[in-house]
Amino acid sequence: MAKKQSKPASGGPTARIKERDAITHAKIVSLADNLVKQTFAGKEPTIAIPTRTKSNTIWNRKRGILQMGSATQDRQLFNLNQAKLFMQSMLHANSIRSLIEAEKTLSLRGMFYKGLHTVAGTKEKTFADQSESDAILEDLEVSLGALREELHIFAKKKGTMIGNITIVDSGDEIDCRKMGSGGDAIPSIVEPDVIQFKKCEAKFVLHVEKDTVWGRFNEDKFWQKHNCILTEGGGQPSRGVRRLLQRLNKELGLPIYCLLDCDPWGHYIFSVIKQGSISLAFESERLAIPDAKFIGVRSSDYKTHQLSDDVQIALTDTDIKRAKEIAAYPWFRDHKGWQKEIAGLLSNGFKMEVESLITKDISYVTETYVPDKLKRKDWLD
Amino acid sequence: MTPPSGVMEETRKSKKTTRSPKPSQRATAESMAARQRDISVSEFFAKNRHLLGFDNPRKALLTTVKEAVDNSLDACEEAGILPDITVVIEDLQPDRPATAKSSRYRVTVVDNGPGIVRKQVENIFGRLLYGSKFHRLKMSRGQQGIGISAAGMYGLITTGKPMVIHTRPNASKPAHHIELAMNTKTNRAEVTTDVETQDFPPRRLTQLTAGTRKLAAEGELLDPESYRTGTSVTIELEGRYQRGRGSVDEFLELTAIANPHARIVFIPPTRESAEEEDELLPVKKPGKGSKGKDFQVTDDEGNLVAPAPAAEAAPAAPAAPAAPVQTTETNGVTIFPRAVTELPPETREIQPHPKGIELGILLQMLKEAELERPGYTLYNFLQEKFSRISAATASALCEKIGVGSRTKVTDINHAKAEALFREFQEAKFPPPPTDCLAPIGVKQLLAGMLKGVRAEFYAASSRDAAVYRGRPFQIEAAIAYGGDLPADEPARVIRFANRVPLLYQQSACSSFKAVVDTNWRNYDLNQPKNSAPVGPLVIMIHMASVWVPFTSESKEAIADYDEIRKEMKLALMECGRKLAAYVRKRQRMKRESERRDVFERYIGEIVKAVSEINGTDPKKLYDKLLEQARKRTAAADQILDDEGRVVKTKKEEEPGDDEGVIILETARPIEDHTPREHLNDRAAKVAAQLAAGTFGDDQLPLLDGEPRKRRGKAAPPPKRVAKKASAEPKSKPRRAAKEAKTPKAAPPPPASKPAAKPGKLRMRLINGELVRVDDPSLFGG
Repeated sequence: MAKKQSKPASGGPTARIKERDAITHAKIVSLADNLVKQTFAGKEPTIAIPTRTKSNTIWNRKRGILQMGSATQDRQLFNLNQAKLFMQSMLHANSIRSLIEAEKTLSLRGMFYKGLHTVAGTKEKTFADQSESDAILEDLEVSLGALREELHIFAKKKGTMIGNITIVDSGDEIDCRKMGSGGDAIPSIVEPDVIQFKKCEAKFVLHVEKDTVWGRFNEDKFWQKHNCILTEGGGQPSRGVRRLLQRLNKELGLPIYCLLDCDPWGHYIFSVIKQGSISLAFESERLAIPDAKFIGVRSSDYKTHQLSDDVQIALTDTDIKRAKEIAAYPWFRDHKGWQKEIAGLLSNGFKMEVESLITKDISYVTETYVPDKLKRKDWLD
Repeated sequence: MTPPSGVMEETRKSKKTTRSPKPSQRATAESMAARQRDISVSEFFAKNRHLLGFDNPRKALLTTVKEAVDNSLDACEEAGILPDITVVIEDLQPDRPATAKSSRYRVTVVDNGPGIVRKQVENIFGRLLYGSKFHRLKMSRGQQGIGISAAGMYGLITTGKPMVIHTRPNASKPAHHIELAMNTKTNRAEVTTDVETQDFPPRRLTQLTAGTRKLAAEGELLDPESYRTGTSVTIELEGRYQRGRGSVDEFLELTAIANPHARIVFIPPTRESAEEEDELLPVKKPGKGSKGKDFQVTDDEGNLVAPAPAAEAAPAAPAAPAAPVQTTETNGVTIFPRAVTELPPETREIQPHPKGIELGILLQMLKEAELERPGYTLYNFLQEKFSRISAATASALCEKIGVGSRTKVTDINHAKAEALFREFQEAKFPPPPTDCLAPIGVKQLLAGMLKGVRAEFYAASSRDAAVYRGRPFQIEAAIAYGGDLPADEPARVIRFANRVPLLYQQSACSSFKAVVDTNWRNYDLNQPKNSAPVGPLVIMIHMASVWVPFTSESKEAIADYDEIRKEMKLALMECGRKLAAYVRKRQRMKRESERRDVFERYIGEIVKAVSEINGTDPKKLYDKLLEQARKRTAAADQILDDEGRVVKTKKEEEPGDDEGVIILETARPIEDHTPREHLNDRAAKVAAQLAAGTFGDDQLPLLDGEPRKRRGKAAPPPKRVAKKASAEPKSKPRRAAKEAKTPKAAPPPPASKPAAKPGKLRMRLINGELVRVDDPSLFGG
């Protein structure tokens, strides 16, 4: 621990940060240089931004992850629809430069305020709201080929962890076994230079969808009984949660089991954890967990666990449409188990939340359902 | 309820008589014959005065002025004199109650024309249908010889006062003072006074008000030098003086537009009549009163107040605040100055065109020819009495109807005449000559519109002469658009025939129908179905012809001949096309400026960010980007325009260079469009701020207290700077001029930037590869 605190140590994470920052910095400078070069050559200034659409997303079957294609789009200054975006990109690029130089980080919201001012000579604000700012930052990530943390930006904390592991977060040792009822919040940046795994006895990770279910598991000390790590992502898991799961899987070799709702949303969350998402396809390399397993809730559980009629939530038209879309994803299309699962959901005509298992018994899910599934290796991958 | 007994009796009695078979009670052919007698034209029109434009007191006043002014202008032009016309309307009942709908007026019109010889005075002013213009085909304002005598007759009927004429046909002899009253029964005038006088122009008129006295002293009003010969007509009549549409004021305004060579002075009565609804009202309360100011008006009301505690001013002045009626300022004398000193080209009188003649007329002409010259041959008759019949055509016509070239007109019987008439219809003749027409001319039209209408865009077009019923005519049109004109009202249509404004019966007029017929939507104007376009638009149509086909004797509307309407439409369409080209250009400019606005808005921010990142000279980068923005907005807009609407001709691209178009940039800069100067100012300001490094200083950076300049990039090679600097003024002279005005900001000295931090890795991404940065050629090379 003391060792970690001594920053100037050569070869350590600090040196790596310096080097990484220098590269990011140079990328930003070259972005500006490029603009100047284009301008003085009489050409229209443009920024090439890889497109983050489904059409530019490639499913790497061999590696089991989504990857971004090579298509890029030019953001043009002299285009009525893009002029403002162009300006915002340059403002944020400059903000990031100053962050790197100041060796500080800002949240997404902080970045919004950093770039926010009134355009000189007008009453117009540079950013109408934070969502505009967030989108520009994602554009810059892909355009510069730098990750968010490399740009010195972090997102809101989301997700919780508890279990048989000790980590070091920014030099502070954290024993995740002693986290009470609340658990350890998963930060936005969980890169090795921020979080190091120190001691891990856990044999697997159980990732649940929401903190309500997570609370149930924690209270029943599921992680103690089954020697595991218990995480939740507050619905769609953030990049921090996904990166942490990926690192636990890759670096510590822990299998990741996901307990999600039986609805298209739950399926989609699993898809994102496992293969990566379309909008962040460029980060799949470090976010996707092709080994992740879906243990439930399954559409067949309604019968096998003899749940009551009351837990049924009717599928809406949107749900049905979404389910069919998910079934058509290339990574699900050729997967018989998933095709059967989605067909089951559709033929059931209703969705089920993880909490529906509580109708059986308060601790049915922690004491019977999950242990049983794990024992029988009853999951989808 | 029940009718009075007397009536009952009468009814019963008449019933009885009806039943009675007694023939003696009925009219016999003899008794009827006793009552049958001539109806004089004067009697007819006295009863049907609406046919002549005396339907109501207000119109009567206008018609009286109009007829007199038309005659004066015609006389002056025919004699080759530049018209100087003075119109005076005196209110003879200034003390009438404020609510009086009409009053008695004395209208006097004085001109500097050739005068009238003594023996013709009675005929001209005292007889209906007497005149020089009816029997010939020559372009003139008057036609039938009804107007002024009808006005005199109307005056006589309503006031019992005779018409007073002063005329001096010979400058070296005294003028005649004649008073005459018309006998409607005989269609002859009865002279009540006939004396010689030296009082011409009548001095009395110069002494009416302080204003007239002052003008007369200055030689501006009825100067004897300019009125060496001339005629003055005075008619007293029951009338109503009220401004607005269809008023004397409007008539004179429009007359001045169409007759820029005439000088017209107008001394209006001291007060207006009470308001009354009629076909052309409602009148806008104060607005129309000031309409006169649209024209070049000498309004010397200001002069009056100071020198003269004039008795004349007294009655109206106290009435002004009290009276609920529209009381106009007193003593304001309106002068429409002469705009051109050339008379309209003299027009030639022409013979009728064979195509435009009817059988009855032909027979009449043959009969007249017999009397005119014994032994008149048809061959000669055809050549001399018609236009466009050559000797060859004449002999061909003779041959066709089976007569020799020496056949006399006396030998042409009805059948032969009819055969000749048929030949006229079938044969081909060149169109009638057009030198008999004197159009106003595109330049004069534009000048007139410019003077009369406050707009932003003016276009005029003149058609070639065309023919209806064998009579040549020529259509001219002009439009004024934008500026101060009301945007949400139907276009105002002003109509002229032979330079005479037409004020009434707009919807019956061919010209108005042509306006309605024209599809103004093609020219980006709103146009409700079956009506005139709506928009800030004034449309002027002028028809010049040897014989304008009016719908009635009051000469208020042009009859709707297909040929005429077609020509009018074509003229309007030409104006419309010019307008559309202008409007579209204006829209394009607006779009362009909006786009440019967007780009310029962001360039400053971008430059600031970039220069902070890599230390580029912000001023140069800004100029370079601005230059591109300007170039690109023009290009982008061109593409957009091509997508939107097809620009038909190259000519339309630049309506400003087109003939017959005036664009007043000063009238009002393009609506809701920021003037370019303003943008340039802003751009210059931003540029100056950038140069001074103060751009956007009002915004506090969130983190680092002071925006740190990128220190990495050292000063660019000085050689390049010099080159750029020398190239700058050449490519952007406008900018240079602007900067000269703005307080010169110190050029950002690149050397003042901190040198690159030693040891910091400077890399850049080129084609996906990271390259060390120390090659200055990457930077803008």
